Amino acid sequence: MNGEKYITSACIISNQVVYKNEKPVFKNKDTGVADFLVSAYHHFEIKYPKFYKMDNLSKLGWLAAELLLKDSFQPGKYKAEDVGIVLANANSSLDTDIKYYETAKDIASPALFVYTLPNIVIGEIAIRHHFKGENAFFILEAFDAGFIEQYVSNLLNNNILQSCICGWVELLDDTYKTVLFLVEKQDTGNARLFTKENINKIYQSENG
Amino acid sequence: MSDLKKQIIAQLNLQDVKPEDIGDDQPLFVHGLGLDSIDALELIVLLQQQYKIKLSNAEEGPKVFSSVRTMAEYITAHQAKNA
Amino acid sequence: MSQPVFVAGIGTISAIGKNVAESLDALENGRAGMASMRYFDSLHRDRLPVAEVKLSNDDLSKLAGLPATKSRTALLSMVAAREALNDAGIENIASLRTGFISANSVGGMDKTEKFFAEFLADNRKGRLRDVVHHECGAVTELVADKLCIKEYITTISTACSSSANAIFFGARLIKNNILDVVVAGGTDALTKFTLNGFNTLMILDEQFCQPFDENRRGLNLGEGAGYVVLVSEKVAATLKKKPSVRLSGYCNANDAYHQTASSPDGTGSFLAMSGALKKAGLQPADINYINLHGTGTQNNDIAEGTAIKRLFGPSYPKMSSTKAFTGHTLGASGGIEAVFSVLALKHGIIFPNLRLQTPMKELPFVPEIEFIKNATVNHVLSNSFGFGGNCSSLIFSKV
Repeated sequence: MNGEKYITSACIISNQVVYKNEKPVFKNKDTGVADFLVSAYHHFEIKYPKFYKMDNLSKLGWLAAELLLKDSFQPGKYKAEDVGIVLANANSSLDTDIKYYETAKDIASPALFVYTLPNIVIGEIAIRHHFKGENAFFILEAFDAGFIEQYVSNLLNNNILQSCICGWVELLDDTYKTVLFLVEKQDTGNARLFTKENINKIYQSENG
Repeated sequence: MSDLKKQIIAQLNLQDVKPEDIGDDQPLFVHGLGLDSIDALELIVLLQQQYKIKLSNAEEGPKVFSSVRTMAEYITAHQAKNA
Repeated sequence: MSQPVFVAGIGTISAIGKNVAESLDALENGRAGMASMRYFDSLHRDRLPVAEVKLSNDDLSKLAGLPATKSRTALLSMVAAREALNDAGIENIASLRTGFISANSVGGMDKTEKFFAEFLADNRKGRLRDVVHHECGAVTELVADKLCIKEYITTISTACSSSANAIFFGARLIKNNILDVVVAGGTDALTKFTLNGFNTLMILDEQFCQPFDENRRGLNLGEGAGYVVLVSEKVAATLKKKPSVRLSGYCNANDAYHQTASSPDGTGSFLAMSGALKKAGLQPADINYINLHGTGTQNNDIAEGTAIKRLFGPSYPKMSSTKAFTGHTLGASGGIEAVFSVLALKHGIIFPNLRLQTPMKELPFVPEIEFIKNATVNHVLSNSFGFGGNCSSLIFSKV
């Protein structure tokens, strides 16, 4: 029942660089976070106009998921209810909360209010890829590889999910980092084992 | 109407859309531009911020926001009232 | 691995009562909690009814045993969590592995708003101490500390399904033998942030809400907290008051349709409810009562109703939305409604769906409009559907 689980793809976006499986695939050092995310969206030639409506946190998480799955995930491989999303961060939706609050001084913006919940990032990813499986958003003090490994392994071991997109999506002002993992039950070739050590290794890889 | 198109694009974050792309009579919702319920609410905000017109009855929405032309007509009619 | 999880204690505070006994009395006597704003201050004071907890911050702080400078969200959480723990009466709790899984959507926002207003006017003013507990997780830590729960503390923030998710996460921790006892549920206080936000989404009712009514106009915002104390079979066996209810099923799914609206055919709701039944090993016909998410918005009620039609038709259990009593308490709703579900099982009662005048045309069933006593209630399904398509269903069953 408790078979091996594998990280079959990983995507990191941090410090104006996008990494796929720890290799840098896009860099744009001269811009603020909002412009950086849009420039990455253009660079990868993604066509999803709703991207522009998202707040920065959702743009970050959505983009990372998009690149995580690009060429690494076969749509149709799993049933919609068998793929889930488990994310965490420390600052929840505070970046957008503040921006929304600015608008509330005059006329509150409904489009911004929509994003004053961290799990909307999950919603955007689910809408894009039609993932209907279990999904959760945790608020943790810091990135916790052990927590993610334990929580997601439980879901896959008990067949609540067959595959899971999980990781950390954090953004506040100009400080941001997202590290997403695609976890599956089969080794697709270059996969790494889904262990606390490997999760941490990947999380720290962009510092090297 | 061309000013209104620019404002709509800005308010709704339609970055890839140019004012020339929006037909005067093109349906804004469902088909056409494919706007959704949150966009409708943002258009209500636009009316208030740019034109000081309050649309407090959400049911009027579908008629008023049917196309750029219907929006423009509504604005003209209500600005005259407010003046 | 699949050991049962029991409910050893319950605690709640909302617009209809500051504890379980008061709430039960209000439910039995049809006393809803919405009214014009009294403690909460807003521009919309004369227009929007809300379901406030009928206590000022000062009185609430006395009840909670926490300073009034702490966020109202934390005060509410403290009151309900402590009631639940006292109800459970676990004498040797200090020697057990105990966790606190709490949910909220707004954190310490009430204090932040006050700080912000002062700060905006003059950036030397405003007490920075007020915003220390702004962050959702900080509210949880504050209460856990006061309750002396140290082993495992975490916060879930998934909008209106948050506390339901907290509850079944707690159950998983027990089933996997990581913890012996979990206090799980959620809390949220009324804030201008939320009120203004929901107002711009135009889903608030200017009258008292009418869930599942053909002419429903929207929701009334509420506030409160609700917690259950979950225990393992081993701990249950040691308790003086033997638990009579267990958490038998649960499921979470994503609607994958829109950030704030539900899909017209209620896909997410359908998946959550059917998944919970499967987990519990039950058939739709086994459910005696559904505590509906039933917010009173045009969108939710038809989506949820359609999902119920698909799953249960042609024969339907009794059902009602208790949000007609408590308003929509957002992050606390799953927790408060879990407490109500447990009460339904313990006392064999069904709560009425207040102010239902015209049944919805599209649905072949009608929620209960009278309070029912001496009902057969063995299995209760409780729905909590949140923004972001996050849909959760819990099933509680008689032991």
